[in-house]
Amino acid sequence: MTENVESAVRTICQAYGYDRTRMMDIVRAVQEKLGCVSGPAMEAIARATGTHRVDVESVVSFYAFFTERPKGKVVIRLCNDVIDRMQGADAVAQAFCDELGVRPGETTPDGAFTFEYTPCIGMCDQAPAALVNDVPVTSLSSDAARRIVRSLRADPDPRKLVSRLGDGNNAHPLVQSMVLNHIRKTGPVVLAEFVSGEALQKALAMTPAEVIRDMKTARLRGRGGAGFPTGIKWEFCRAAPGEKKFVICNADEGEPGTFKDRVILTERADLLFEGMTIAGYAIGAQAGILYLRGEYAYLRAYLEDVLNRRRSAGLLGRDILGKAGFHFDIRIQMGAGAYVCGEETALISSCEGLRGDPKNRPPFPAQKGYLGFPTVVNNVETFCCVSRIAEKGAGWFAQLGSKGSPGTKLLSISGDCRRPGVYEVPFGIPLKEFLEMAGAEDAAAVQVGGPSGQMIGPKDFGRTICYDDLATGGAIAVFGPGRDVLQIAQQYMEFFIEESCGYCTPCRVGNILLKERLERINCGKGLPTDLDYLQELGETVKAASRCGLGQTSPNPILTTLKNFRAAYEAKVRPDADGLMPSFDMRAAVAQAELIAGRASVHMEY
Amino acid sequence: MSQAFTFTIDGVEVRARPGQTILEAAEEAGVYIPRLCHMKGLIPYGSCRVCTVLVNGRPQAACTQPAAPGAVVESEVPRVREIRRSIIEMLFVEGNHFCMFCEKSGNCELQAMAYRLGITAPKYPYMFPKRDVDASHPEVLVDRNRCILCARCIRASRDVDGKNVFQFVGRGAHKRVGIDAPSNLGETKLEAADKAVAACPVGALLRKRVGYVVPVGRRLYDREPIGSDVAKGDGRTGKGG
Repeated sequence: MTENVESAVRTICQAYGYDRTRMMDIVRAVQEKLGCVSGPAMEAIARATGTHRVDVESVVSFYAFFTERPKGKVVIRLCNDVIDRMQGADAVAQAFCDELGVRPGETTPDGAFTFEYTPCIGMCDQAPAALVNDVPVTSLSSDAARRIVRSLRADPDPRKLVSRLGDGNNAHPLVQSMVLNHIRKTGPVVLAEFVSGEALQKALAMTPAEVIRDMKTARLRGRGGAGFPTGIKWEFCRAAPGEKKFVICNADEGEPGTFKDRVILTERADLLFEGMTIAGYAIGAQAGILYLRGEYAYLRAYLEDVLNRRRSAGLLGRDILGKAGFHFDIRIQMGAGAYVCGEETALISSCEGLRGDPKNRPPFPAQKGYLGFPTVVNNVETFCCVSRIAEKGAGWFAQLGSKGSPGTKLLSISGDCRRPGVYEVPFGIPLKEFLEMAGAEDAAAVQVGGPSGQMIGPKDFGRTICYDDLATGGAIAVFGPGRDVLQIAQQYMEFFIEESCGYCTPCRVGNILLKERLERINCGKGLPTDLDYLQELGETVKAASRCGLGQTSPNPILTTLKNFRAAYEAKVRPDADGLMPSFDMRAAVAQAELIAGRASVHMEY
Repeated sequence: MSQAFTFTIDGVEVRARPGQTILEAAEEAGVYIPRLCHMKGLIPYGSCRVCTVLVNGRPQAACTQPAAPGAVVESEVPRVREIRRSIIEMLFVEGNHFCMFCEKSGNCELQAMAYRLGITAPKYPYMFPKRDVDASHPEVLVDRNRCILCARCIRASRDVDGKNVFQFVGRGAHKRVGIDAPSNLGETKLEAADKAVAACPVGALLRKRVGYVVPVGRRLYDREPIGSDVAKGDGRTGKGG
């Protein structure tokens, strides 16, 4: 048995050149082969790659999709995002648990099934949804859950669960998924038709400096949410000394409520890869990495095929499109269930085969990124814009959208709306107009930019979606009049607690404390002074945290405190009797009563 | 090679060389910036955030942020002090810290920092986590109840001792210091004299049988507040174990 582990691990490590910077791939492959990454497997990996057992354990224990102990042959991961729960995920979970005879997180005694929760899997427009191993199953109900389990008992191949294929490339032989694109509105930049090679041809006719100049003239800014000017980032990277340079595409779309990259990856992969290639040309890189979130593993074979087709067509590889000396290729790096890896330096750590801990800045990735080399990291949608700018010109792009925010934006909308899905809209569109487009006229609260963004109420619906007003990476979650914004905020805090890497104190501890106090308020045991406590603690976590995760994680509380203060005030009550409502006398003395064998004399209180 | 420059901390002009962090430059100038995860001789890590300062109004960790010409750094101002107090209190409630019967008391940097910042009791509720103790090693005890996840043992073992005995495992609230062995510390190459052991600022890594060689009341921080060495310019920062 141990010898089997040793030889299986060696074979896998050999395939990756015994390179410990490929630890993510090695661990994933070992788990696929052996069912888990046990202690002996970790030791074998450490021996083969010349590292330490604890360094391997460090990686395995960081990512939600890796496991040290065996799980079921079929792992059902039900998305427990706010939107999924609004649409019945709790009942679906109950059905899975009843049918399997387990509680969440448990494996059936026969080792056939594990049922667990997972945060947003990028399917909020067809919630509730789950991943059965790599296979997404969407629009679930309790009945569907029971049917799924019965079907898997008869045939454990999750691909057999897909009886009806989705639209577009979801039906492609290499995808074969029931996922629907839900493209509700196309636009001129990302979702318009695209012929591979045209943009690249035009870019290669220019000098790299001219390509960068065009990105600056187009005033392209990052589409992931932070909005950093793309041309300036590229210029830094091009100027940075380094014998190699890298282009990384951040396809770790993990912000709850965001699923627009899923649609781009499914329908516009060529546009994306072409943008990465243009970036490679502009900064002088020979290699690119697509960091694909583990939840989108079902798209991997298709994307590899697109890459192969591009290689055959001379769009990747050596002397691309006949341009002597321009060599560039792209590999896919799979993630493994860690929201923090959407932070660009954490993403680089992960690509390097490490825990997804963000890095200290400076140095910035453009100076010292992947393996210490200058690296450009851009969002999926940003690379699509790059291709289109190269194809249609900087002037054409700059006149789209609004003055400070040229171009279009892909928005993913879900929740209490009649037409959830993906919309390509010009920047500068008033939120109200967009809500009407999506059939969300009676929205009572809208989460713009996901939980790391802001929760706003109707008085702000007249504001516009752009970098200078309502900035968003693409998530718009709609909550109707009946929803409890404080419960929603609490669920989002649970998400951040789960996803904090734990590196810095304020994020690791502060988010737990924030949630504890909000939960107390939600239970009706909050004091009016708790609102100041939340405000101060939230501001401390924002100010003192090390990366973007902690700097935005208090937003569900801080923005609801600001925009839905009445909801808080309705739940807290002053301590008229001078006692803390959160102190439960009965519970506090319960154990002593048990020992004494009689009721406490205080119990008449 | 490059020119030295100046910046200010709380209005006082401080000289710095290119590449120095704010904390290092401050230290040389005899200005103490509170810190826990930072230790001289180890690669700056920036995890505890106690050394948070405002740089031109923006919060930054002084231990990792490079000093910049003309920067305006604020350290002993109410907003920053409040952030530091909050972080120290978070560390107290996150673990199980019982100073009154911890043999590190008086030499503990967490305890000393709480005294320096005037904390009498945390405003946050205790979490009372269940954490384990590993007494398998003949000379060293690991008590994770008192661990503040500063990574000093990890960095010291890897970069100074060259052993890699420790590394973080798990994430978020489940993050803890793991050891390079199948089950316990006794199986590792750790020795009592390793820098990793001395690097622990709290009572999480303790040498056995020497806990009370110096009696309580006559220990490092019993005599003077943490940071006094920096203000006096003798640079003994991080001497805690």
